[in-house]
Amino acid sequence: MNRIWIHLIAAAILASSAPAWAVNPDEVLSDPLLELRAREISKGLRCLVCQNQSIDDSDADLAKDLRVLVRERLVAGDSDSTVLEYVVSRYGDFVLLKPPFKGATLVLWLGPLVFVGFGLFAMISFMRRRRTADGFIAPADSKAASRPSSSHAPLTADEQRRIKELLRDDHA
Amino acid sequence: MTAEIGHFALILALLVAVVQATVPLIGAHKGRQAWMAVARPAAITQFGLLAVAFGCLMQLYITSDFSVLNVVMNSHTDKPLLYKIAGVWGNHEGSLLLWVLILSLFGSAVAVFGANLPPGLRARALAVQAMIAVGFYLFMLLTSNPFERVFPVPINGRDLNPLLQDPGLAIHPPMLYLGYVGFSMAFSFAIAALIEGRVDAAWARWVRPWTLAAWCFLTGGIALGSWWAYYELGWGGWWFWDPVENASFMPWLAGTALLHSSTVVEKRDTLKGWTILLAIIAFSLSLLGTFLVRSGVLTSVHAFATDPARGVFILGLLIVVIGGSLALFAWRGPALVSTGLFKPVSREGALLFNNLVLATAAAAVLLGTLYPLLLDAIGGGKVSVGPPFFNTVFIPLMIPMIIAMAIGPILSWKRADLMTAVNKLWLALLAALVAMAVVSVLRSEGPLLGIIGIGLAAWLGAGTLIELTGRIRLFRAPLGESLGRLRGMPRAAWGMTLGHLGLAIAIAGMTGAGAWKVESIQSMKPGETVQVAGYDFAFEGVKSSQGPNYSIVEGTFNVTQNGKPVVTLNAEKRVYNVSSRPTTEAGIHTMFTGDLYAVIGDEEDNGGYVTRLYFNPLVVWMWAGVLLMMFAGTLSLTDRRHRVGAPKKHQPSAATAPAGA
Amino acid sequence: MQSRFLYILPVLVFLVMAIYFAVGLTKDPKILPSALIDKPVPEFSLPAIEGGYGKGFTSEDLKKGKVSVLNVFASWCIPCRAEHPFITRLAEMKIAPVYGLNYKDKAAEALRWLKELGDPYFAIGADTKGRVGIDWGVYGVPETFIIDGRGKIRYKHVGPLNQEALDEKILPVIRKLSK
Repeated sequence: MNRIWIHLIAAAILASSAPAWAVNPDEVLSDPLLELRAREISKGLRCLVCQNQSIDDSDADLAKDLRVLVRERLVAGDSDSTVLEYVVSRYGDFVLLKPPFKGATLVLWLGPLVFVGFGLFAMISFMRRRRTADGFIAPADSKAASRPSSSHAPLTADEQRRIKELLRDDHA
Repeated sequence: MTAEIGHFALILALLVAVVQATVPLIGAHKGRQAWMAVARPAAITQFGLLAVAFGCLMQLYITSDFSVLNVVMNSHTDKPLLYKIAGVWGNHEGSLLLWVLILSLFGSAVAVFGANLPPGLRARALAVQAMIAVGFYLFMLLTSNPFERVFPVPINGRDLNPLLQDPGLAIHPPMLYLGYVGFSMAFSFAIAALIEGRVDAAWARWVRPWTLAAWCFLTGGIALGSWWAYYELGWGGWWFWDPVENASFMPWLAGTALLHSSTVVEKRDTLKGWTILLAIIAFSLSLLGTFLVRSGVLTSVHAFATDPARGVFILGLLIVVIGGSLALFAWRGPALVSTGLFKPVSREGALLFNNLVLATAAAAVLLGTLYPLLLDAIGGGKVSVGPPFFNTVFIPLMIPMIIAMAIGPILSWKRADLMTAVNKLWLALLAALVAMAVVSVLRSEGPLLGIIGIGLAAWLGAGTLIELTGRIRLFRAPLGESLGRLRGMPRAAWGMTLGHLGLAIAIAGMTGAGAWKVESIQSMKPGETVQVAGYDFAFEGVKSSQGPNYSIVEGTFNVTQNGKPVVTLNAEKRVYNVSSRPTTEAGIHTMFTGDLYAVIGDEEDNGGYVTRLYFNPLVVWMWAGVLLMMFAGTLSLTDRRHRVGAPKKHQPSAATAPAGA
Repeated sequence: MQSRFLYILPVLVFLVMAIYFAVGLTKDPKILPSALIDKPVPEFSLPAIEGGYGKGFTSEDLKKGKVSVLNVFASWCIPCRAEHPFITRLAEMKIAPVYGLNYKDKAAEALRWLKELGDPYFAIGADTKGRVGIDWGVYGVPETFIIDGRGKIRYKHVGPLNQEALDEKILPVIRKLSK
């Protein structure tokens, strides 16, 4: 019967991702500027019980409480960052959908830059290796270039014919 | 009895796959024709067996056989027939069965239509396909058997998640899987080529149709999922950088890169190792996507905690398939010699740049998606990586790529002059500047990104058209000649032009919907009117009714603009009988300039209703652009050059979807 | 040689990822660590359940030199019902007072629940708005905190307590802090 339990639990988890009812009219602040700030802050805070939704998108009770809390803090005159600090001090960095830049997230934030750098490096070194004196390009490994088919199976006559056919097609 | 037949067919398929994975491979190695010839009938037999198994499960769902656990968990007698059928793949076990069904479909397609392929390549590719299949069959039979019986037999089922009871989501998984599994063909051909040690223009052409078909399906699958989120989740959002979405987006990025790099292999005989690697990566990301979502390592792990066998098996399978193929690449990859030569500024160079950006984007999305898991694994604490991160990283990567997308097609192969190309594009630059100026006047309060997005869309759209006019020598040759050239243009070239145009249109749509959405949330009583983006939404009231397995509360809004009637919107809220869970059906009116979008919520104590009214600018452009991209892919697929892999009498489109064959 | 390395790199990257996956499989992403561990308890003052008995409690009650336990519960919370016998068992051991934080509950229903199952708590505070719960970083009910004598939160358990959690986590922590 253990299996049944797994399915029940899985169903319960699915249930928590029901359609979002998000912000309700009674929560909306009368000051449109404050409300706009509240929305922006809410979009960056994670709904803890639903995983992967912001409190702005979630209909969970806790999300609603947090939305109301954010608005109360704003009305009380807190700055955006103070409000975020207030929530983070209670729930940790986990509530921030945009993780802060610090030791634990160094790899996350610098990763994409490293990828770009590495990609550029690989691309440039690929080009470099194939350059010759006249500015045009040839494989660095001249031995390989002189016998291009040595390391792989030679083409059969039939295959040669078909490639020719293909290339003719191309220009047709 | 039906369940047992299905189960038995699955076991037989495993045995056939084991034979198909070994005998042809040995045959190809030793040059024994008879052994290699085993692959084709085996692949077709596998498909037959899987069709039987899948048919059995479908039959169990249609007849609501509640002695089968899978049916109990995901169906109900009152469910409409369409969703009884869709319920087959609306769950872990059934979706795996669909996955292997599609895998065997592609395998048998190669067997049937691949008569022109070199026998060695075909035998090896089919053997690799069968290896993947063996892994999946074992996983299903050992940990996720869809045919498991349950006793005592319950009186009725638990019903399918109401959110999944929707036509869009019913066909979303099959589309997505056709894409995921389609990349398995490119993967199998890549592995076969590594074993043979040969990659050439012919190889690139044989692989291309499969990659194109997979790409079209995946594009469609992602778009369908996004469209579903847009109209079903009820707040007009369409992309959330959710792990589930990322799982399908990463293979799309890698597949798009593969599509472009394989052109270089085909035309210029270079970038071979990279293209092989991309083929491996595209499928690896598909596998990762299939499993991360299904098993929930990222979102909800209770299934794992109680059933560790699945997790261990999945990890083992990933290590064998991905690790094994990458190890093979490390070993055999250097043997692939590229002969084509080119300068950095050339068509090849531009395609390489496109590949660099797409690969970096895929890697960045992968990093963001997995980072919480990775950090937790080393005890580094819990973090969330949400939309703000992905937008911050992804958008800056895309901007240079879109700029380059207009330039690349104008550059000639081998070597080109950048200034000549840029000179040709002055009109595109002008178009972009004008578009940005117009937008910044019209939407002065909007975000800067909105202006940039529209500028990029105009640049890419105009640039693509300039390339087209250059190709047909419009205004430079007599009109008749230009039209003749237009007619004579290869379909693959049309594919590129329309594909890029589609992206330009889609970017405009995404920008509009992202930057200038107007939202109004309020409590409305019948008779009240609210103005949103210049449209007056008059709330007429609600009426209740009954659907097949749900009850409906339907709110009606009469929308007018300056007193002139525009449309009557009906927004539904449904409550499903079995699960008593609600879903929303937004009332949507699509216009060229944007969508009017109304959602009705709960009744309040004072007799009013919570209503959410939106104006989502340019949303239809997004779907239209994506459809154009899919059309472009399909058109390119029908290019005569791709008929190589299929006998002459068949249309290539039939070669990729021979369901009736 | 450099190009050879480029061919080997993908498999190396994948192997590192696979190791992370293997470790990741053993973790449950639903369990969040508390940001409040080793922080002083948040300031609060909660009244008793309306129409009930007792007089509630405040943060001062948790700083009186004794290790104490705070259990977040509600009558609408189904796992709380499963947890209740173990909370009772813990309270009956009398090694630390168990405070109850009645989270976002209706007074009448909470009182009925306590009457039916018994009231093991040293004192109960009613957090009808859930605001104190947020100050405690509560995200799922039930949750159980262990507070040392100086009013610092030292341990947090998310989800229902059972015998195993009691024996292996809660009791050892209380004993260690009580020394």
